[in-house]
Amino acid sequence: MSELQQPESYTEVSQPASPQTPSQIAAALQREHADWVSEITTALGETTIVVPREQIVAACEFLKTTPDYEFNFLADLCGFDRGPEEEPRLEVNYHLFSTTRHHRLRLKVLLNEEDAHVPTVTMIWRTANWHERETFDLFGVIFDGHPDLRRILLPDDWQGHALRKDFPLRGYEPYSLT
Amino acid sequence: MGLENVIAEALPEVLTTRLDSLINWARKSSLWPATFGLACCAIEMMNVTSSRNDLARFGAEVFRASPRQADVMIVSGRVSRKMAPVLRRIYDQMPEPKWVISMGACATSGGVFDNYAIVQGVDKVVPVDVYIPGCPPRPEMLIHAVMMLQEKVMKESVRDRKDAPDAEAREAITPGTLPVTDGSSLREPRKDQPLPYTIASTHEKRRSF
Repeated sequence: MSELQQPESYTEVSQPASPQTPSQIAAALQREHADWVSEITTALGETTIVVPREQIVAACEFLKTTPDYEFNFLADLCGFDRGPEEEPRLEVNYHLFSTTRHHRLRLKVLLNEEDAHVPTVTMIWRTANWHERETFDLFGVIFDGHPDLRRILLPDDWQGHALRKDFPLRGYEPYSLT
Repeated sequence: MGLENVIAEALPEVLTTRLDSLINWARKSSLWPATFGLACCAIEMMNVTSSRNDLARFGAEVFRASPRQADVMIVSGRVSRKMAPVLRRIYDQMPEPKWVISMGACATSGGVFDNYAIVQGVDKVVPVDVYIPGCPPRPEMLIHAVMMLQEKVMKESVRDRKDAPDAEAREAITPGTLPVTDGSSLREPRKDQPLPYTIASTHEKRRSF
């Protein structure tokens, strides 16, 4: 039986110590940097922090580099359209994950339709490059400072942003080669 | 083998036939498809060449890696608007004679994907000879389509499948450089402009757009 036992180091890696839950992290963040947090939501065991647009880069940098948090993995970056009558209309969601501490956190930036600009986080997580291009392509969010903000899924000459709620399902024009 | 002996004894030394019959017989017996898989239908298309279905029985098993060596394009799956110019370019790169099989519901009509991203039928991009229904079609259906195409080939004339004249081919617009989503010509066809990307083959000029 002793041969089948897992080595001690393996169990250590698979069950890392997580000193803080995501809601505790959010609370700590609100204590230390009150201006970074405009709202904290906890639902279904997930914690979401609404961050002002101007502070998103600082917050991401802080969460990635602080040893207690170590969010070294940007699991997803996606947009969301609440609908043309909503204000603010657009969201950008940052899904963070720590491969060393195994905890997750979601950051959210709210944007108005007329001023859909948000600073890029490509210098923090390089994987954000294509995610931000996708969000720009489908929602029309401009990521300031992005090294190569082009469409990534739709053709280069596409009109409009396809995942906005007011985009017609079949597009503005029927397909034609001419 | 003994086959030559049998033929030599059974037939006279000189045969007369129509040139169309002879050339079409040669063409239909070696319909080489271009290797061009688009979606899940491509899995069934690969299955067609497997030992169970064995498209080689009908002379169409050699999937060529280059469109320059291909006779048939099997459009196996949904064509996105971004892929459509690429597909048209591959079609233009195929030498005459060339045929197109539209495989499956998506390639034929857009299928369930009635949305902004998918071309509603590949016949908006290239002229189609045989349509196959199904989602995806069984390999037997693709074999049936190839056999139908062979029947169609036998009814054609060599004159229908000439290459485009050199002058027209040189002046053709470079593929992929034109706006793809401007649908104004659907409402009012522009007669003065040539078809885009086009080295239009003779059979294509007959199609209604």
